[in-house]
Amino acid sequence: MDFNDSKEEATFREECRAWLNDNAQRKERPDEVFGQGLSAEELMQAAREWQGRKAQAGFGAITWPEKFGGRGGSPIQEVIYRQEEGNFKVPVGAFNVSLGMVIPSFFVHTKSDAAKQHVHDALHGKELWCQLLSEPGAGSDLGMIRTKAERCTDGREGWIINGQKVWTTLAQFADCGLVLTRTDPDVPKFAGMTTFYVDMDAEGVEICPIRQANGEAEFNEVFFNDVFVPDEQRVGDVGAGWKVTLTGLMNERLSIGGVIPPELWRTTMKHMQESEMTDGSSALNDAQMRQQLSNLYLDAQGLWLLQCRGLTALGQGREPGAELSVAKIVGARTLQDFSYFAMDLKGTGGILTAEDLGDSWRLVEQLWMGAAGMRIAGGTDEIVKNNVGERVLGLPPEPRTDKGKTYKELLV
Amino acid sequence: MNFDFSEDQKVLRDSVRKFLQNESPLTVAREVLENKQSHSSHVWNGLQEMGITSLMLPESCGGFGLGALDLCVVAEEIGRQLTPTPLSSTMYLATQALLLGSDEAQQQQWLSRVSEGSIATMAAPLDGKKTPLPIFEGGVLNGKAALVPDAMSAEFVIVLAQDNSQQPVWVVCELSEQVERTALTTIDEARPFGALNFNNTLAQPLNKVTDALALLDKVRNRAAILFAFEQIGGADAITEISVEYAKERKTFGRAIGSYQGIKHKLADIYTGNQMARAHCYYGAWALDTDGEELAIAAAGARVSACRAFNYAAQESIQVHGGMGYTWELDCHLFYRRTRQLSLILGAESQWNERIAKELEVKFLSPQAKA
Repeated sequence: MDFNDSKEEATFREECRAWLNDNAQRKERPDEVFGQGLSAEELMQAAREWQGRKAQAGFGAITWPEKFGGRGGSPIQEVIYRQEEGNFKVPVGAFNVSLGMVIPSFFVHTKSDAAKQHVHDALHGKELWCQLLSEPGAGSDLGMIRTKAERCTDGREGWIINGQKVWTTLAQFADCGLVLTRTDPDVPKFAGMTTFYVDMDAEGVEICPIRQANGEAEFNEVFFNDVFVPDEQRVGDVGAGWKVTLTGLMNERLSIGGVIPPELWRTTMKHMQESEMTDGSSALNDAQMRQQLSNLYLDAQGLWLLQCRGLTALGQGREPGAELSVAKIVGARTLQDFSYFAMDLKGTGGILTAEDLGDSWRLVEQLWMGAAGMRIAGGTDEIVKNNVGERVLGLPPEPRTDKGKTYKELLV
Repeated sequence: MNFDFSEDQKVLRDSVRKFLQNESPLTVAREVLENKQSHSSHVWNGLQEMGITSLMLPESCGGFGLGALDLCVVAEEIGRQLTPTPLSSTMYLATQALLLGSDEAQQQQWLSRVSEGSIATMAAPLDGKKTPLPIFEGGVLNGKAALVPDAMSAEFVIVLAQDNSQQPVWVVCELSEQVERTALTTIDEARPFGALNFNNTLAQPLNKVTDALALLDKVRNRAAILFAFEQIGGADAITEISVEYAKERKTFGRAIGSYQGIKHKLADIYTGNQMARAHCYYGAWALDTDGEELAIAAAGARVSACRAFNYAAQESIQVHGGMGYTWELDCHLFYRRTRQLSLILGAESQWNERIAKELEVKFLSPQAKA
């Protein structure tokens, strides 16, 4: 039992580090973030350029097969690269959905002649792809999507799409997207769906960014008003949309991450030292505050250790075990608790922002608001608990009213 | 990254699990509890024959010279079956004290007996609190030691005593007829305790101790990790029992496990178990490497395992409803065991405080790395 790299892992880490050293600037502080002061557009442009350089050097899509331009590497190599990249001032994350989920599903199922060029352009950051799944009436229950695609009746070889998507990550910057549509309402809900890829500039596609609680706009509403797509842009068979979607979701497993930054510990401990209780003593000497601190350690350290178990599995070429399924619940909750604790320590002063409290406070502030969103993203705590109960523990599902019924009957 | 047990250790786990499933089902724990026996000698002898009592012992004492990880693996299996044997008193406590506080010759004298199946225990304030200690003077021991695990079955005991200048001193002695033993009634009779009264009992000091209280601290840290493995074993076992019941038991026309009220509760229990398991593995690593992380890793393993097992056992009764509160069902065996294990080394809050203290050292001391 050890926490060290294997020989191969260490060699690969060295390779990543050497390339990053030559091509990027190392962070001065661990909590330094790239692009302070840049607009969303400028950030996106920087992300495209960085992705292009990574792709040239063979770090653009480490786990993709070589025939699609990837490195043919292992998931653990991807994780190692990300760990190293985290020490540098570069834009990260913008291509996670595009290259981590959408394109891997696209290249498996597409038959389009244009596919090769698209995959190449996506890999090199020239194109960003988004994933158009959720709708106002279909979140956790994706099978209930209403956006419909109907065959053209005017002699054109293609489809007309109408409907609305929501929570589409980075759609406002995307060049293309994979859209899940309903093509047959007269069969059970999962059987009547088909996937297409659409040009986000196509006529009839309207994108409206959603302003989030934190003021940013990462997600969008996307409206389809009589959007024409040629049949050539169908991905997978008619009625196989769910299968295509699952391929993408399966690729999400690499989203191991989100450890508590060590900086947060230092910041919190420092605040604890400086913060006074009502009797003038330091919070660091207060028994109850100390218990709270220990509880945070148990969650944060436990989370890191869970990830170490997941990484061990990846390193041995196995899938991470079921234990990682709980990491999302614990992770988001812990970040929320952490920021609450740090703010509490400030007393009334905790209502202020980094404007007044300085740069070291930015992380606390971002986590406080961000964690509320993280608890929702990718499924609420309750949805995750259902999954743990049913898929991990094997408990029976809630009785369903949608079994054996067609999509149309469910709409009544 | 290799944060897992080795293939050999997994083979060991499988064979211990198989043995205990056959020879130490929960009915054995129940029998010891109901008949107020000291332990199951059948199971203990079987474990000895498998070489379990030689784990962690040096080769000179009949051991395999294997590290702590193998013992962690065994502890988890013992925890799963609530196996009524004096493994913890012998291996987590007495053996650790001898490994840390004795030279090779003294280890040979006492630990060879452990390897052959002798039961040993430790008489010391396991919660680390100040209590009156027996007096060691002129080579003999006098006075009482309260709350000694497996006091009724042990053949010899490692004692924290005080000398004539009231300094703590570690000694080892035979539990001969001369020592008066009194069985105590505890909340978990499958894991019995007793009190010892020494009466001019011949004893020899552990001969490699430099700081007696530091040694107590170290033994407690090591024991915390080994007990934590028993706890996650127990937590997993009772969780599996609850999950099976939730699949079968029906109310209002469907399995209770299909209701989110029960499903989410079980998911929460599973989450606690997994977090505790992660901390336990970290503890195993710290125990094996014996470095500066031992204290915080031990505390993390202990607190998380106490919480996980307590929660899993408490809620198992809830999931089982009225049946869960009957003598017939096994829920109360786990409910008893978790409480006893979470008190044996002192209450959870004490160990949680230890985490805070270690964090202070790590992040705020002048030597803390920037």
